[in-house]
Amino acid sequence: MDKRDAFRHNVLTSGHRACSGCGEAMAARMVTDLIGPDAIYINATGCLQVFTTHNQQTAWQAPWIHSVFANAAAVAAGVEAAMRARGKEMPVVVQAGDGGTFDIGLQCLSGMIERGHDVLFVCYDNEAYMNTGVQRSSSTPHGVRTTTSPPGRLSQGKHHLKKDVISIIAAHHLPYAATATIAYFPDLKAKVEKALGIKGPRFLHVLSPCPLGWAHDSALSVTVSRLAVETGLFPLLELEHGDLTGVMRLAEQKPVQEYLRLQGRFKHLFNTKQGMEEVRHLQALADAHIRHYGLLEADTEWDTRRAMHSARHGRGGYAQVTVSAPREVKNGG
Amino acid sequence: MRNEREAVRPCFHEIRFHGRGGQGVVSAAALLALAAFEDGYESQAFPKFGSERRGAPVEAYVRISRKAIRSHNQIYTPDAVVIQDAGLLRSEPLLRGLKSGGLVILNSERRADGGNDEDRNLRWLYIPASRIGERCLGQPLPNTALLGALVAASGWVKLATLEQVVASHLAGKGEEVVKANINAVREGHRFALQEEEVDS
Amino acid sequence: MRKLLEGSHAVAEAVRLCRPQVVAAYPITPQTHIIERLAQQVADGELAAEFISAESEFGAASLVLGAVAAGAQAFTATASQGLLLMTEVLYNIAGMRLPVVMVCANRALGAPINIFCDHQDSMALRDAGWIQIYVESNQEAVDSLIQAYRLAETCELPVMICMDGFLLTHTFEPVTLPTQSAVDEYLPAFRFSRTLDPARPMTLGGGSEADNYQEYRVAQQEAMENAETVIEAFDAEFSEQFGRSYGGLLQGYRLDGAQTVLLGLGSLMGTVRDVVDTLRDEGEAVGALRLRCFRPFPAQSLVQSLSTAQRIIVLEKAFSVGAGGMVAAEVRAALQQAGIMTPVESVIGGLGGRDLTADVIQAIFQGTTTEPFRVGRFAPDPVEEGGVGHG
Repeated sequence: MDKRDAFRHNVLTSGHRACSGCGEAMAARMVTDLIGPDAIYINATGCLQVFTTHNQQTAWQAPWIHSVFANAAAVAAGVEAAMRARGKEMPVVVQAGDGGTFDIGLQCLSGMIERGHDVLFVCYDNEAYMNTGVQRSSSTPHGVRTTTSPPGRLSQGKHHLKKDVISIIAAHHLPYAATATIAYFPDLKAKVEKALGIKGPRFLHVLSPCPLGWAHDSALSVTVSRLAVETGLFPLLELEHGDLTGVMRLAEQKPVQEYLRLQGRFKHLFNTKQGMEEVRHLQALADAHIRHYGLLEADTEWDTRRAMHSARHGRGGYAQVTVSAPREVKNGG
Repeated sequence: MRNEREAVRPCFHEIRFHGRGGQGVVSAAALLALAAFEDGYESQAFPKFGSERRGAPVEAYVRISRKAIRSHNQIYTPDAVVIQDAGLLRSEPLLRGLKSGGLVILNSERRADGGNDEDRNLRWLYIPASRIGERCLGQPLPNTALLGALVAASGWVKLATLEQVVASHLAGKGEEVVKANINAVREGHRFALQEEEVDS
Repeated sequence: MRKLLEGSHAVAEAVRLCRPQVVAAYPITPQTHIIERLAQQVADGELAAEFISAESEFGAASLVLGAVAAGAQAFTATASQGLLLMTEVLYNIAGMRLPVVMVCANRALGAPINIFCDHQDSMALRDAGWIQIYVESNQEAVDSLIQAYRLAETCELPVMICMDGFLLTHTFEPVTLPTQSAVDEYLPAFRFSRTLDPARPMTLGGGSEADNYQEYRVAQQEAMENAETVIEAFDAEFSEQFGRSYGGLLQGYRLDGAQTVLLGLGSLMGTVRDVVDTLRDEGEAVGALRLRCFRPFPAQSLVQSLSTAQRIIVLEKAFSVGAGGMVAAEVRAALQQAGIMTPVESVIGGLGGRDLTADVIQAIFQGTTTEPFRVGRFAPDPVEEGGVGHG
């Protein structure tokens, strides 16, 4: 019945208008191919929506809907309710950027999770409003240059810390939440597959470098996203019912400067004394993640390099954290 | 001009209920309208839209007519006023617009509670409705006793119909509540008939 | 069966008879009784729908958007601030041509905050691409809601039933509820041509640029113009099946030989009809015209109904601050377009719940209340004996 070419049977097909090296396009391609075309996709306004549905063209080979910026989670909840009412079962997947997740979309997202809708919400986090030309979001790390957090005589870029959105999400005690990035495809794959096997609200936070906004070489998107993990700035986590159940441990912690120096958005920090203070602050933040999540603990069995080559496609990289009292969470709204 | 319009609409009654939030003012209006409707009239009931906070002054209106009721306006010239809390007479102009010869059903033990009727020949009925409520319902809810009194004094709906409507309206709250309220309706009714006799 | 019901409950019963599969809402006075009753129906198993308590009206509108796009019949209701909070999504629903049905329990807008009836909320949404039906009674609310589902599906346009907050929603009045089998016969099973479905993958809400965007709006306009015919046809058909008609787009009252026409919307028109009767008894050649359908704006039918009038008074419970009454402006434009230069008097009143009584409307008719506002006149206050005025 399906007449589509089996060899190029991507949910997000080629020919879209993403920038070269776009981390979000890579992430979306990976995630949606893992989910497949028998699903309903809901997109928030943002880069992904713009570059995949330009002027009456579409790159989507699955049912896909975009409404407005803030409401993707609520639209998805409505789609899911309709599916339930009509006795149909298939994944309902939201794709949103950090604006549609951390900021303007947070209220609808919280409502969707609280009501227990059977929806997988995927956030492609490129740490600023890239679609409108690189303005800061609450996901932008401090010290970053954006067009609305420009460094100047009185400023070293963004003043405020990146919002800890995964903790906010986890505080809803939803069945599954995880962070991932394009540098660790087996890990991303395992998390998408795990999410697909769970009913109820699920949240996937995928760090997605933006060569334009981060001002790095288009060829380095994967490298940059790997460094975000290896420095401790973006820990890879799994949380079930609000409890931390898995962390990807690191063989060693790389200094944040290795990550920062590849990106023009941090360049101004290295020119001044105050800027270097922000660099130390970013290092301190990475160190705090390492401590908080035990990313370097001595009894670790796995490290990132071995995880990459694991026969279990990266799932082995996860030390299982025992949950003291597993909770029952009611799903299905 | 108003009288002319009255002529066009025979059998047209407007009733205004006053009380405080929590006293069942809106329910009383709804019950009266339901009874009138069951008796074959066109009827309408609505609250004077305000906050639903307990203790706040509340108004509700009822229209009873032989013809279809098209107006959704508040009631300015009622034929009867039912006052569930006599204390309100001191602070609110409860008798405003009441027609000459109009009926005032006041929840009170004492005739001294009556207000100045400005020579309109108002018919005052003093019903100890809180006491009746206390006795019948175990709490000083005056609304059903006052409805009984209103029915006795006005004859606008049948007592039996009111009882039937109270029974179906409160059916969800159990047989005891229904019985207690019907007793309150009957006591209010009986009390009003006695009062009228004393007065005449 | 004819029953005495509170307006909100009557509407909830009508919603139940239409068998929506998804109901999503956020409570706001005076809409609350509608959704409370629907929640109870779902809890009691009388309505087989997903009832979703949204996190905001913005979320509620988005939920019904998603539900309808995914092939389910849906319902939502709101008022006032809630309607404004929905605004972005309501335009979006219309732009995607989704057959969503909602009720607006008309209420004033803040600031200052006011929970009582006027039409500022839905009038602010007049350009959103929704069919807007303003009902006069709870019976009409019930009947219009049932028609709305078919109308929305047929025209692929969303429909907003505007019913006066409190004046209708909280009023007990006699209503005849159709039977389930009659409604089932009238309303076919829900169908939407662009349902999200993997068997036929479709992209909804994608991008459009200057070379084609305008065509989408033109198509909406064409659908609206077509809806005029559909609304009239449905009214006639409904009348045949259920025995009740509301005139479709407009409802005239004693217009024969009427030199003066009082024109307005909503429950106010019941009082206006009482006034017309009184004035006719006094020998005045007066009639009333109720604008039932404000979107699409029935310019042609309006001109026909008003062509012989010598004086037209438009009463409206909203106005565009800095300009004037929107309904009056559109009535004027329609008449002038047809070469009719009858002066249209604009009277604004009933804002924030102020009562427009029969006496007030008579005073307006007598023209004794002109106030020096360029936007038009404002209605006088109702007069009460021995008490304060409006409340």
